[in-house]
Amino acid sequence: MPASSASSFDFDSVTVSGVSRHYGRRRALSGVSLTLRAGELVGLLGPNGAGKSTLLGLLATLIQPSRGTVLYGDQPPSAAGVALRARLGFLPHDLQLYAELTARENLEFFGGLHGFHDPAGRAAAALERAGLADRADDPVQGFSRGMRQRLALERTLLHHPRLVLLDEPFTGLDEASGRALAARLQTLGREQRIVLLATHDMEAVEGLLDRVLVLREGRLTELPARDAPLRERYRAALAR
Amino acid sequence: MICMMQSQRMFAALSVAGLVMFAAAPLLIAQAPYESTMGLIQKIFYFHVPGWIVMFLAVFIAGIASAIHLFRNRPAADRLALAAAELAVVFGLIGLVTGPLWAIKAWGVWWQWEPRLTMSLILELTMCAYLLLRRYGGPGSDKLAAGVAIFAMANVPFVYLSVNIWRTIHPATSVVPQLAGSAPGMFGPFVWCAVAFLVLFTAMMAARTRLEAQRAHVERLHLALEER
Amino acid sequence: MPNFFRVAWLVMRKDLTIEARSWEMVSTTLFFAVSCVLVFSFAFVRAGQPVEGAAAGILWIAVAFSGTLALGPTFDRERHHDALRGLLLAPVERSAIFFGKFLGVVLLMTAVEVVVAVLVALLFQAPLAAHAWWVAALLMLGNVGFAAVGTLFAAMLVRTRSRSVLLPILLYPITLPALIAGVMGTSALLQAEPNLDLARLWAAMLLCFDAVFTTLALWTFEPVMTE
Repeated sequence: MPASSASSFDFDSVTVSGVSRHYGRRRALSGVSLTLRAGELVGLLGPNGAGKSTLLGLLATLIQPSRGTVLYGDQPPSAAGVALRARLGFLPHDLQLYAELTARENLEFFGGLHGFHDPAGRAAAALERAGLADRADDPVQGFSRGMRQRLALERTLLHHPRLVLLDEPFTGLDEASGRALAARLQTLGREQRIVLLATHDMEAVEGLLDRVLVLREGRLTELPARDAPLRERYRAALAR
Repeated sequence: MICMMQSQRMFAALSVAGLVMFAAAPLLIAQAPYESTMGLIQKIFYFHVPGWIVMFLAVFIAGIASAIHLFRNRPAADRLALAAAELAVVFGLIGLVTGPLWAIKAWGVWWQWEPRLTMSLILELTMCAYLLLRRYGGPGSDKLAAGVAIFAMANVPFVYLSVNIWRTIHPATSVVPQLAGSAPGMFGPFVWCAVAFLVLFTAMMAARTRLEAQRAHVERLHLALEER
Repeated sequence: MPNFFRVAWLVMRKDLTIEARSWEMVSTTLFFAVSCVLVFSFAFVRAGQPVEGAAAGILWIAVAFSGTLALGPTFDRERHHDALRGLLLAPVERSAIFFGKFLGVVLLMTAVEVVVAVLVALLFQAPLAAHAWWVAALLMLGNVGFAAVGTLFAAMLVRTRSRSVLLPILLYPITLPALIAGVMGTSALLQAEPNLDLARLWAAMLLCFDAVFTTLALWTFEPVMTE
């Protein structure tokens, strides 16, 4: 599959309808429906174990729903196949970096898998954006959590994915990096990407998100539009 | 529901048929002629060989059903594969118990590295591995076990070839007796027993897959209740 | 198709780079293989002389055991930091990822085989060098079959709880024909009068085993890796 045909697939919305996922009798998601549109920055809140990671994994095509469908544009993932994965960027909580490799090697490896003509050039640009140009050739195992987080974010965005799935991207970031990430996310919105962001850090995302969804015991609800601070709206939703 | 009724009726019919056939089997076996060199002990083959045939059948059913489950995502095929794998272990055990019983009389030892015996031991191990994976693999192990079952099926000719070539190079001291097929007096009872085993196998498959189907149904109901 | 091999190459090179930094697997696997050979030497040496025909068995069992030991960490590395999912998310054919991991395992086992073969030749006075090419061919063929099945099983066990126990349980019954062929082929070469025809027969069987199981593994990797 050459890179050109892998990037030919595109979509401007993701539709989840009636999706449930259970592991044995443990129910991670039940009857979740939502639509994500291009240019939207959507937040995903919820207590631990509410199914946030399952939902992200499902949207990343790594987990199959037990019931219900996920459509990218009007295509199911089975029809889009490899080309769809070229349009997905997923930053999981575990970051998916190889600790023994240097920052540059990590980026070049994933760039290579994406079939870039110039993985080295893209990696260098990404390192610059991550503010890690001076540590580029150090193994990742020596990095702080915040540095890894920045590096993993750049790896996630390396191939300009349409759908960007971020699990706790603010973890370990200092204030300056947090602000940089917020600015980066707004750019992504302007570039007509679809961004879904799971987080606990409500200060960091206050005023940043277009919509906020709450997962609780596998069920999805949407927070009312901005009439109060995010934290209060979230508390009210959980109390219900 | 209708389907369930039908399978229940089929199970009843098969069970009765199996019962009758197994009740009649000892009579037929008793009146079959004695094999000239081994005498009475040869009669164990009437159960030993059919057990073995059914085990192979079960391994192939498990393999094909697993392939369907893996590539077409059909839970029904998975239930069939699980039932077949369990029965492969059960019927394999019949072969593995009756084999040495015969060997201690015919060869004077409990175990000979006789090709067919070795082969069924290896297959038995493989199917046990399949069940262990399902038991201890956690959620999602059905797909993984399906992979193992496909490999087990593909392995049958290799096990057969390797074990056979290995043993023909170092032939066993006592000659493995030919099956009773050549003598007509033995052939009838043998076919009877083989069919009896197949009927029993089909009945057990029907019962086991129905149990799994109902279990899956209960799980569905349970989840539906929770989702309400 | 060129993309298939490019991806496989990238994955293998990544594994080799990591290995070159840590030497974790080469060193532990080699140490284990040598210990294996030593343990066997106590079992199979009587009155200062190795038991006749034991060398082939020792060689192959040491290879199989240390191969199993090496398979776990190959995928533990991918499990750390969830890297395997990152690989699975790449827009490439997943069978190419499998092939890359498989090549890495083959290379590692080759290194182990060289050391173990030399040790067995020295410690058990096995004339492995007399038909060095045939021995090497048998070892390579056995290696490929074992690694194909082993890589697939290790990959699919990444998500399960008792993977370290389940891997040998699944792996040995399936790869037994390859082990029988390897042991028998090698001992045919080590006899007082080497039997080349027999070795050729076993090599042919190994070749068929490799072809069937590598194809099957490439074919089943994608569906078994989907959660």
